[in-house]
Amino acid sequence: MILTSLAYLPDASLLLSVTASVGFTAFIFARRNPPPALTATISTFQFGVRANHKAFFVALCAMAPALLILLVHILSVDRMAQALISYELADNIRYLPILERQVYLDKLAEYAGMEAAAPTNDAFFNAARQRFIALKGQLTLAAIGVAILAASGAFLLASREYRNHSSSRSHIEIVINWVLFLCALIAILTTLGIVVSLFLETLRFFATAGSPSLPAFIFGTDWNAQTEENFGALPLFFGTVIIAILAMIVAAPIGLFSAIFMSEYASPKVRSMIKPVLEILAGIPTVVYGFFAALTVAPLIRRGAEWINNLPIVPDDFFAAQPQSALAAAIVMGIMIVPTVSSLSDDIINAVPQSLREAALAVGTTKSEMIKGVVLPVALPGIIAALLLGLSRAIGETMIVVMAAGQRAQITLDPTSDMTTITAEIVALLTGDTAFDSVKTLSAFALGSVLFIVTLGFNLIALRVVRTYRQKYE
Amino acid sequence: MSKQYNKPAMAGIDDSPFTGANALKRLKRRQAAERRFQAYSATAIGLAVLALIVLFSSIISQAQSAFSKHYLRIDLPLERRIIAPDATLDPVRIESNISGFNKLVKDRLILLFPDAASATPKTRALFAMLPRLGVLPVARKTAANLDMLGTRQTFDIVVSDDADLFLKQKIGRHQRLELSGATSLQHRSGPNYTLTGIGRGQLATSYPATPRVAGQPARDILVRSGQNWFTLVAASETGLDLKTLTIGASAEDLRLAEPLEALILETVETDRNISNYQIALLTNLQDQGRIIRKFNFDLLSRSDSTYPELAGAAAAIAGSILTMLVTAIFAIPIGILAAIYLEEFARKNWLTGIIQVNINNLAAVPSIIFGLLGAAIFLNIFNMPRSIPLVGGLVLGLLILPTIIMASQAALQAVPQSVRNAALGIGATRAQTVFHHTLPLAAPGIITGAIIGMARALGETAPLLLIGMVAFVNEVPTSPDQEATVLPVLIFKWFSGAERAWEPMTSALVLVLVGFLIIINLIAVAVRLKFDRRWSP
Repeated sequence: MILTSLAYLPDASLLLSVTASVGFTAFIFARRNPPPALTATISTFQFGVRANHKAFFVALCAMAPALLILLVHILSVDRMAQALISYELADNIRYLPILERQVYLDKLAEYAGMEAAAPTNDAFFNAARQRFIALKGQLTLAAIGVAILAASGAFLLASREYRNHSSSRSHIEIVINWVLFLCALIAILTTLGIVVSLFLETLRFFATAGSPSLPAFIFGTDWNAQTEENFGALPLFFGTVIIAILAMIVAAPIGLFSAIFMSEYASPKVRSMIKPVLEILAGIPTVVYGFFAALTVAPLIRRGAEWINNLPIVPDDFFAAQPQSALAAAIVMGIMIVPTVSSLSDDIINAVPQSLREAALAVGTTKSEMIKGVVLPVALPGIIAALLLGLSRAIGETMIVVMAAGQRAQITLDPTSDMTTITAEIVALLTGDTAFDSVKTLSAFALGSVLFIVTLGFNLIALRVVRTYRQKYE
Repeated sequence: MSKQYNKPAMAGIDDSPFTGANALKRLKRRQAAERRFQAYSATAIGLAVLALIVLFSSIISQAQSAFSKHYLRIDLPLERRIIAPDATLDPVRIESNISGFNKLVKDRLILLFPDAASATPKTRALFAMLPRLGVLPVARKTAANLDMLGTRQTFDIVVSDDADLFLKQKIGRHQRLELSGATSLQHRSGPNYTLTGIGRGQLATSYPATPRVAGQPARDILVRSGQNWFTLVAASETGLDLKTLTIGASAEDLRLAEPLEALILETVETDRNISNYQIALLTNLQDQGRIIRKFNFDLLSRSDSTYPELAGAAAAIAGSILTMLVTAIFAIPIGILAAIYLEEFARKNWLTGIIQVNINNLAAVPSIIFGLLGAAIFLNIFNMPRSIPLVGGLVLGLLILPTIIMASQAALQAVPQSVRNAALGIGATRAQTVFHHTLPLAAPGIITGAIIGMARALGETAPLLLIGMVAFVNEVPTSPDQEATVLPVLIFKWFSGAERAWEPMTSALVLVLVGFLIIINLIAVAVRLKFDRRWSP
């Protein structure tokens, strides 16, 4: 019974409970025998030694090997149990070809991992499953034992080490430094993970049968990934660019003029009222924007387009007037980007030195002449950076396009027709049950690589410009 | 310009560069330009505010109808032989005996409308007004109180989405018109009747066009006399030609009865999902006081369903909470520790420089890329299951990690150097300085940043779509390794639903999500107001 419950113990609880109890016990023991310095006289008092520090140090030292052993155990327990049980299996299974035997063993491991799995009709399999669970339990028990042993060893070693050097503070300092460094490293690992996973899958895509060559992928005009036929992504790039440009046509003037209003014209009171509005706009989830675009804006656009079509001087099919349209998605996306543009531009404009403004006003310019002639030219690099960051958001935005821009991959200049973008196509290709080795799935990763490279380029330029600009005026 | 300065001023004509006529004209022009510019920037702000107002008012107005639902109040005899046929009285079996309870409801409805039993299409139309799973609460209640068996109890059963939308005037917009001056209702042949004494004029007062233009039906007009319903076939100056639609309990008694009125439907039968027959039955039920409108608690208490009238967000709310827990446990400690490293421990060298640039860049990477990362690493390489909050939480954690790191860095930077110097000066180590002094002082800023990061994670949709959190989940998940979906993804799913009734439901769900976000942000604001302190220079 104990073995069964041990076998079913979730990995996380095994790790946490054993490591925590080992650490706790080590801490208590170390705390009960304080370092000699504290019990000695003042003259021999060693600077910087405190009982807690010894305890922390020893507990950390004891936990590390236990944690390591349990991690190795968790990663390898199924393999070890499989290896053990393969000697006990009936001959007809034991002497199967290696691959088939592995399939059987994997199935065994999978069924043994599910506590609620119903017994199968195969009595031998059920028995093997029970045996597998018992083996797993034994292995877990053994691992716990080894972990505790290793922890005790580490405890003794650490205590002696401590007595010899008695400067646990610097030890702890080093451990803490490393832990913090590892946390900071996770950010690097994330980027690395993104780059490696995207590019490896992209390479696999181009290596798979049925995939296009790189030029055919980038310049091909037919996209039909759902049927795994045509992988010419140009219509997707085109849709992305059109929608992003239309969105920026909305976002750039509104965002820029908002920033000018906020930093140059608004009184502190008005500013404190307007700022939350922009913060709310920035905080609304994109799925809500998408819903708004599809349900409120898209029908309006369609009605407007139909009205223009019905004008006597316009040919009847001038606009496509689709129920989902690139324009609807772009307008709402523009609204979504306004806070990005305005808050960054606001920062940049505020960073323009006051002396420049005063100099301009002193020679008799009006406020708008001062803004146009002095503030904006000085802030120009930063404003361009803000627009680039906005553009990068527009290119990477997903939900609005998925919900309001349609599904058709086509190259057209008519903003009232439906279009699709890189992001929308990635969602269409990867939603639902997907096999990771089909051309269709891999093509989504190829699209993702393009998206990543383009947005990364914009971001790098924008962030660099912002940084140099800040340094210049700070 | 410079020429003017060189000209000697002529007596009598003021052409000074500052007060001359040209100068004044120029000044006016410049001031107009100034006003224009100011107007532009005010307009920009106005547009942003307007967009916000339009967005919320459109969603709120669409959501309104989803906050209440119509129920059929019906008394059911809980007959033991139908709902507990095997006599074991096992609550579990009674609760799952959906067809038994449906039979009870159907038998009761047939008693109310004997006419519906006469033809199969009519019966089907009658039963279609109640969703099959609508009896679930009845079954649960009965299973919980077995002593109710054999008694007659009154229940409220939710009506179908189309019937609900009709009652809310969302489909088949209609208007009732009282008819007066009728003299007789005469049977002509088969289902055809003539109502005399009422002319076209009475109908035309509200609608100038003739009710049914030959070949082009503009709208349907139903006429009722008591419980009996007719469709209008033709209207002359002296009478109305009618065809029976449904006849009430007293079938042979087809005389004039009260109330006598016309129901003018603005769409014809083929253009809506609810038939004239169903409308007639529904109106009868309504007049009998059997239709009631209640607040839609199901929206928060039920799980997802394929029927909009039965669907709720309980499972998605639980999924969101579980996912947020995983995200918080993963991202907040790591984010804070990483920020401490970068601000307090790291030497400024190329490695920390790269980490810093990298974090700033990660913050601007499109969220869908994190979805691809999750799909490739967690699902493909680590073989974790799809649709579970654990994977979703990890992906969202990676997504908001840069945000939390940057906010924590800013908060740590704001703590004055003198605090650190003082601590180090009395012999504290670097770690003691940070954990005993700097970190507590930076805590309000860090907490605010973490909460704002969590708010962002709560609203994120796209990366979760890619790791399969769009699965249909109708059981409330209780641990992070069970299948789940989250609120924003549920919004997307309901939005994609075909039935009209999903629209108000989705709007209502948007409001629920926005409500959660408001609560989270209010907490952030409260933390900032309560604990934030400005350092005097």
